[in-house]
Amino acid sequence: MRILILGLDGAGKTTILYRLQVGEVVTTIPTIGFNVEQVQYKNLNFQVWDLGGQTSIRPYWRCYYSNTDAIIYVVDSADKERMGISKDELFHMLREEELGDAILVVLANKQDIPGCMSLKEVHQALGLEALKNRTFQIFKTSATKGEGLDMAMEWLANALKNKK
Amino acid sequence: MSSFKRDKKEEEDGGGNPFQNIEKTTVLQEARTFNDTTVNPRKCTHILTKLLYLLNQGEQLGAKEATDAFFAMTKLFQSRDVILRRMVYLGIKELSSIADDVIIVTSSLTKDMTGKEDLYRAAAIRALCSITDATMLQSIERYMKQAIVDRNSAVSSAALVSSLHMTKLAPDVVKRWVNEAQEAVNSDNIMVQYHALGLLYHIRKTDRLAVTKLVAKLTRMSLKSPYAVCMLIRITAKLLEEEDSGNDSPQFEFIESCLRHKSEMVVYEAAHAIVNLKRTTSRELAPAISVLQLFCGSPKPTLRFAAVRTLNQVAISHPAAVTACNLDLENLITDSNRSIATLAITTLLKTGAESSVDRLMKQIATFVSEISDEFKVVVVQAIRALALKFPRKHSVLMNFLSAMLRDEGGLEYKASIADTIITIIEDNPEAKETGLAHLCEFIEDCEHTSLAVRILHLLGKEGPRTKQPSRYIRFIYNRVILENPTVRAAAVSAMAQFGATCPDLLENIQVLLARCQMDSDDEVRDRATYYSNILGQQDKGLYNSYILETLQVSIPSLERSLKEYAQNSTELPFDIKTVPIATIPTREETELEKHKSEGMIISSNGPVKPTTVSREENFAEKLSFISGVAELGPLFRSSEMVELTESETEYFVRCIKHCYTNHVVLQFDCLNTLSDQLLEDVRVQLDPSEGYTIVSEIPCPKLPYNETGTTYVILKFPENDLPNSVGTFGAVLKFIVKDCDPNTGLPDTDEGYDDEYMLEDLEITLGDQIQKINKVNWPAAWEEAAQTFVEMEDTYSLSSMNTLEEAVKNIIQFLGLQPAERSDKVPEGKTTHTLLLAGMFRGGIDILVRAKLALADGVTMQLTVRSTDGDVAELITSTVG
Repeated sequence: MRILILGLDGAGKTTILYRLQVGEVVTTIPTIGFNVEQVQYKNLNFQVWDLGGQTSIRPYWRCYYSNTDAIIYVVDSADKERMGISKDELFHMLREEELGDAILVVLANKQDIPGCMSLKEVHQALGLEALKNRTFQIFKTSATKGEGLDMAMEWLANALKNKK
Repeated sequence: MSSFKRDKKEEEDGGGNPFQNIEKTTVLQEARTFNDTTVNPRKCTHILTKLLYLLNQGEQLGAKEATDAFFAMTKLFQSRDVILRRMVYLGIKELSSIADDVIIVTSSLTKDMTGKEDLYRAAAIRALCSITDATMLQSIERYMKQAIVDRNSAVSSAALVSSLHMTKLAPDVVKRWVNEAQEAVNSDNIMVQYHALGLLYHIRKTDRLAVTKLVAKLTRMSLKSPYAVCMLIRITAKLLEEEDSGNDSPQFEFIESCLRHKSEMVVYEAAHAIVNLKRTTSRELAPAISVLQLFCGSPKPTLRFAAVRTLNQVAISHPAAVTACNLDLENLITDSNRSIATLAITTLLKTGAESSVDRLMKQIATFVSEISDEFKVVVVQAIRALALKFPRKHSVLMNFLSAMLRDEGGLEYKASIADTIITIIEDNPEAKETGLAHLCEFIEDCEHTSLAVRILHLLGKEGPRTKQPSRYIRFIYNRVILENPTVRAAAVSAMAQFGATCPDLLENIQVLLARCQMDSDDEVRDRATYYSNILGQQDKGLYNSYILETLQVSIPSLERSLKEYAQNSTELPFDIKTVPIATIPTREETELEKHKSEGMIISSNGPVKPTTVSREENFAEKLSFISGVAELGPLFRSSEMVELTESETEYFVRCIKHCYTNHVVLQFDCLNTLSDQLLEDVRVQLDPSEGYTIVSEIPCPKLPYNETGTTYVILKFPENDLPNSVGTFGAVLKFIVKDCDPNTGLPDTDEGYDDEYMLEDLEITLGDQIQKINKVNWPAAWEEAAQTFVEMEDTYSLSSMNTLEEAVKNIIQFLGLQPAERSDKVPEGKTTHTLLLAGMFRGGIDILVRAKLALADGVTMQLTVRSTDGDVAELITSTVG
C-alpha cells in the first residue's frame, strides 16, 4: 500500500511519519525532498512517503502521485493565517487525475497548542464539505503527544481493506 | 565440450560484453519500471547498471530525459536493498549535472549519511555533495562538519574529499570547517590523514604565513600516513621555492630527513623534490641522486620508472649529477619495460658524450616502433637537446627524425618532430638545406593541416635564401594542386615570398599565381590576386611592407579596433597606428609555457593564460577606466614590474610604466603589510626630472592590511625635447594612517595622521619607450631604410663587458629592441659579431639598429641606427654612450 503524507511546511508531517514508524518523537529539520519509510500497522504494510511542504518543494509533489492508495493531509491547526493556502493546495492536489481513487485522511494536527482551531473549524476552513465522491475523514491529532493517530490509522486501515 | 568451444570463440570475437547492443531509448523506457509500486531490486540494479554504462560510454542525455530518469530513480529510495541503494547513489552523481531539480533527494541523502548503515554513509556524502550548490551547502554544513571528524574512516575521507570539491562552489563555507579538518589530520587512518591535509592546505594555500605555520607544525609531529608525508614534501618544496630562505632552513632539513623514511614512496618524493628545487647545490644533490640511483636497480618496475623519469627531467639542469648514474642507466637500456628503456636512453643522450651518440641512436632505433607516442615525444625532445649540443651530429639526427616522420603517429608526435627539425634548422645553418628537404618530403604526405601550414610558412621564409630556391617551388605548388583550401592558401603565401625575394623566379611565380586565381576557394583566390598585384608593381618597398613582413599589430586588438571603427560613423580613414603592437613573448615565457607543472593541487602555475591577448591588452582595458587615460590614445607599451621597496618592508610598492604616444602613466601597486594600520588616501608624490609635467594623480582611497591597492600618476613627456625623456624621478609614498585593531581591521578612531615613506628612485629609460618588433626579413628592411630613413652612427667602447654574449644581452635589454635573424645568439669561439635589432619608438617611429661588436680587451661596438625620425636616432646613439 502506498501512502503520501502532504501538507504545508511545519505542519508536522515528518514527525507523524516517524511517530508511526518507530512510535517516538524524533527531532526533525525541514524536509528538502522527501522521506520514505515502511510502516507496519496491525498486519498491514504501508509504504509511506513524506514529501517536504516548503513552497519550493510543493511543485514536485506531483512526481510522486502515481499508484497512490491514500493521502494523509496534515494541517497545523494553530496556523490560522495559512489555512487558506493549505486549502488551495489541498484542492489543487485533489484535482489531479492520478489521485482520483485515493482515500483522504485530514489530520488537524497540533491540537495540543492552546488557542488552536477545533476540528469543526478546520473542517470548515478547508471547505471539506465540498468534497463529494471521495472516501475521506478528518481527525484531530497531536503528533508530539501521540494523540489521535491511532484512531486515524484504524479508520484508514479499514477504509483501505474495504476499497479492495 | 561444445559449449566450451563456443565460449572461446565468443571471447575471440570480443562478444563478452553483455552491454554491447543496448540503446539509450530502450534503457530509458526500462527505467520507468522504477515507478512501480513494488520495487524489484535485482531488476532495477541491472537497469541502473545499463544506464550508468551508457553515460560512461559518452552517451548524452537531454535535460528532460535526465530529469525523468532522475525522478524515477528517486522512487528507488523505498527499497532497502543495499546494493540497489548504492547504485542509486552512483546514478545521482552521474545525473546531478544534467537533470533539473536534483535537490529533491537532499533529505534522503542527509538521512543516509547520518544513519546507522555504514555501507550507505560515505557514498551518501559523495552523492549529497554532487547535488548541493552554494546556497544549499549551508543547510548541510552541520552534517558535513560532523562527518569530517567521524570515527568511521571511510565516512571521514568521503567528507574531506567532498569538501575539497565543494571549495570550488563555496570556498567561504568550506573555510569554516578548518577546525574539523585540523582534527582529522590527527587521525590514525592513513587515508583520512592524507585527505585532511589536502583540505587543510587547500583552505590555507592563499595565506603564505598560515602555510608556513602548518608546515612547521606538521614537519615536527611526524605524520603516520606516507601519502600525507608525500604531500607535505610537495607543500614544503613549493614554500621553499617561493621563499628565498637558504637551504639550511628547517624546511629543507625536513625534506632531506625524508630521504631516510621507511616508505619508498616518501623517499622517492623527497629525492624528486630536492633535485627539482632550483637552488639545490651539488652537495645537497648527492644524497638525493644516490637514492634515485638505488631505485634504478630496484626489482619493482614502478620505482625504476619513477627514478629514471626524474633523472631524465633533471638531466639538463644537473648533468654532472646525472652522469654519475650512467652505469645504472646503461643497464636499464635493455629493460623489458619499454618506457623505462626509452627514458634511460634519452637520459644518456642528454648527458652523454658526442662519441656515444651513434651507438645510442642505433639502440633506440631497434624499438622506437614499439613505444607509445608519448614516449616517442620524449625521444624527440632528447634529440633536440642533442642537436643543440652537438651541431656536428646533425646529419645522423636529422636522418633519424625524418625516418620517424615517415612512421605512423599522432599530431602531437609529428608536431614535436617538425618543431625539432625547425629548431635545428634555425640553430645550425649547415643543417638548413637537409632539414628543409626532409620537411618538403614530409608535407608531400601530411595529414595534419596545421603542420603543413607551418612548414609552408617556414619554406616561404627560409627557402628563398638558400642556394637553389627554385627546387622548393615544385613542392609548394604541389600543395596547391592536391590539398585542402587552408593548405592551398598557405602555399600561395609561401610562393609569393619567393617571388618577392628572388627576382629571377618572379616571372614563373606570376604564372603560378595566375593559375591560383582560378581556385575554387575564396581565400586562395584573394591571396593569389593580392600577391600577384603587388608583385606586378616591381617595387621593393612594397614587397617589404606587404609580402615579406607580417602584421605587427596584435590581432585581437585589431579586430576590436576595426569593430569600434565600423560602429562609429566617421569621415577619417582607419589608422592602423592606433592599434597596439603585438608583444613578442620572451624566451623565458615560452620556456615557462612548456614546463607545465604536474602536481595536482600544489601546482605553482595558475591556469594557462590565453596567449592571444597581450599583456598590454589587459592593461589597456584596466587603464581605460581611469579618468583621463582614455584621451591619451592607445597604450603603446607596458614595462616590466619594478620594485621600489624591498619586499619585506612595511609597505611593498611596485611600479609598472605604461607608455603612450605623448604620456606615461605610472601604476603603483602598493601592499600594506602592517596588520594594525589602515591607510587612506594613498598616493605617490613624484619629483619628476626636467621637462616632465604631471597631468594628474589618482590616489588609492583605502588600503587595508594585506591588500594590494593601486594609485596612478599621469605624466606628459617633455615636448620637443627627446633627450630629456630619459630621466630619474624621486618618489615618496604619502598616506593617512589610521591605527586599527589587527583582528577586525576596523580603525580605533576616525582621526588619522599624515605619514610618508621614502621609495627608491624611479627611472624612465629608453627601453620603456620602445616596443619590440619582429622583423622577418631584417636585411631587406635595412636595405630599404638606407634610402628613406635617417641614419646615425657612433662607436663605443664597452669596457665593462668581458664577453660578446654579455654585451649582446645588455644591449638588447638596454634598448628594448627585438633581435632579428637569430643574431642574439653568438656562435662559440668568435671574436666579432653583428647584432641586428628592430623596434618602434612611441608614436609609431620605426627603428632599425645594427651593432657590430668586436672582442678585444672589453667589447668595442659600432652602432648604426636607422630611423624614420632623426631625433629618435640621435636619442639612441646619445643614450648608449
